[in-house]
Amino acid sequence: MHKLFASTYKEFLLLTRDIGGLAILFLMPILLVITITTIQDGTFKIVKETKIPVLWVDEDQGEISKSIFEGLSNSKTLELITASSEDEAKSSVFKGDYQLAIVIPKNLSTDLAAKVDENVSGIMAKFGLEEDTATVVDKTPIAQKEIRLYFDPATQYAFKSSIKNGINQMIAQVETQSIYKAFQEQLEEDPSKDFFETESFISFKEIVPNGMQDDAIPNATQHNIPAWSLFAIFFIILPLSINMVKEKNQGTFVRLRTNPISYATVLGGKTLVFLAVALLQFGIMLLIGVYLFPNIGLPKLEISGNVGILFVVAFFAGLAAIGLGLLLGTIAKSQEQSAPFGATFVVILAALGGVWVPVFAMPSFMQSISRLSPMNWGLNAFYHVFLRNVDFPELIPELSLLFLFFIATTLIAILYNKRQNSV
Amino acid sequence: MIKINELNKKYKGAEHYSVAGLTLRIEEQEIFGLLGPNGAGKTTLISMLSSLIKPTSGSFSIDGLNYQEHSNDLKKIIGIVPQEYALYPSLTAFENLSYFGSTYGIRGNHLKEKINQHLETLGLLNFAHKKISTFSGGMKRRINLIASILHEPKVLFLDEPTVGVDVQSKNVIIDHLKKLNATGTTMIYTSHHLNEAEDFCTRVAIIDDGKIITKGKPKALVASHNNARNLEDVFLAITGKALRDYA
Repeated sequence: MHKLFASTYKEFLLLTRDIGGLAILFLMPILLVITITTIQDGTFKIVKETKIPVLWVDEDQGEISKSIFEGLSNSKTLELITASSEDEAKSSVFKGDYQLAIVIPKNLSTDLAAKVDENVSGIMAKFGLEEDTATVVDKTPIAQKEIRLYFDPATQYAFKSSIKNGINQMIAQVETQSIYKAFQEQLEEDPSKDFFETESFISFKEIVPNGMQDDAIPNATQHNIPAWSLFAIFFIILPLSINMVKEKNQGTFVRLRTNPISYATVLGGKTLVFLAVALLQFGIMLLIGVYLFPNIGLPKLEISGNVGILFVVAFFAGLAAIGLGLLLGTIAKSQEQSAPFGATFVVILAALGGVWVPVFAMPSFMQSISRLSPMNWGLNAFYHVFLRNVDFPELIPELSLLFLFFIATTLIAILYNKRQNSV
Repeated sequence: MIKINELNKKYKGAEHYSVAGLTLRIEEQEIFGLLGPNGAGKTTLISMLSSLIKPTSGSFSIDGLNYQEHSNDLKKIIGIVPQEYALYPSLTAFENLSYFGSTYGIRGNHLKEKINQHLETLGLLNFAHKKISTFSGGMKRRINLIASILHEPKVLFLDEPTVGVDVQSKNVIIDHLKKLNATGTTMIYTSHHLNEAEDFCTRVAIIDDGKIITKGKPKALVASHNNARNLEDVFLAITGKALRDYA
């Protein structure tokens, strides 16, 4: 026990004397979480509060194009700028001056009205209410209409998708209203009277089943703090493996091999110190989310779950990260091997773990691989507590996996070291 | 004290044995010099005796402890002064020594007293709380030595303990080692400084190609070779003047 204490104290001294290492461990994750949350929150605000300029080409000049124009103008996201022609709009978008151009085709209003009339008259005739069914039969077919959307090639898929959905929804609404209007004209002589209620009957409400009585919706901070705290915890791999490679290069590892101290005790000292670092990092991240974020215009971190359980998750995630760091530090022969590999591997684990792209959105093959990532187990455990407010027993599967991962990687490190030294 | 019997070492992929059928007996309180050109097998032999690498075949025991059965007990009675400065540069001399001392189970005031005593003898007490990274080569060599003798080993392996240091540091180190030897410590010493070996060692062995070519007291070896004025002449007469370059 005394040797473990001595090793732990030595690791503490080595860490506190390494300013660069401390900066990587504490400042980088803080910068990362602030930057990512600011960008995500800013993007959200831009979409929500700032109007995006969009070119508008109206070749229809009818009621439908007027309705779409009004609908889009009234939306909080788009600012319509009229362009003189489709070619001009297309050219401006392709040059990157605008992200989007909307071209309303010729005769959209008249053709839609004719199509709706045709359909409504057909229905009325079936019910025996149409005065002159012959007119319906004689109509020439009306070609489908196409609203053309020109997107800047650099436009992100998510933005494109949301704009398309928005316009689609608006057109569906205009079409529905045209149908109501056609029916009204057929059934009511006085068009000023409201025969149908055209307001949407169905709406939706977002509810998060978080086990609490309130209906709080998770914000960008709720997702970012656990995700990037975990990323920071796993970033321990880097300074830890570098620390071990340095010891090999300094010759101190060779000296320790000739001393009556086991490799497990040496690793134990490193584990305790870096575990304390992981918990400290996590505590700082929580404090930043709760106290700093609201003061710099970012959403406050709402901790609905038990803070103690959060630290238990951080403890096991820290162990998993340390196990990986010990293994990498044991295998690597130089900093040139450990540093780039460690950094890249953490990024791969984060990607697989669902830090950037949610696991459910990954291809099924990648989802299977993701389930093998310790960062995925950690992230799930954090989300269970942060967003779902579950109790400790429900975390046991993820915590067990993290602990087993630590045991497995540390054992492999010890066995590898033994084998390497049996030359 | 040290009994080596038919010890062999062949590294994986190597064509030749680094240590080939070496048999040797070193008595208690001897200062035994292992001399030889580069690649002769000196460091391999010391590495085996200090449990850093395993022999391919053969056996040895130190103070009656066989390496195969008492590896951990062996580590408690031996000390190794490596050729490299095996120290943490960002820690102070005292912190380094405290850590290495504690790996032998020494603790508290006893450890503190021992560290201060050695630091004082080797003229480093005033630098106890300075970081190793600020030390000169000679100072690092002295700390390197203290880190290996805090637990008062029965056998001390010295791999080029004075390489790269000034004359003053060398004298202090050699004097300290002689005092330690006087208290009963057996020493196995390797060096390319043959004059130093001639003065310091009670007995030497010249090894080449992993085998002992000759051994004996330095003065007796010099006397047994015609025209040899010192150990260096004996060494050159035995190992030749050809360069020993390895890649």
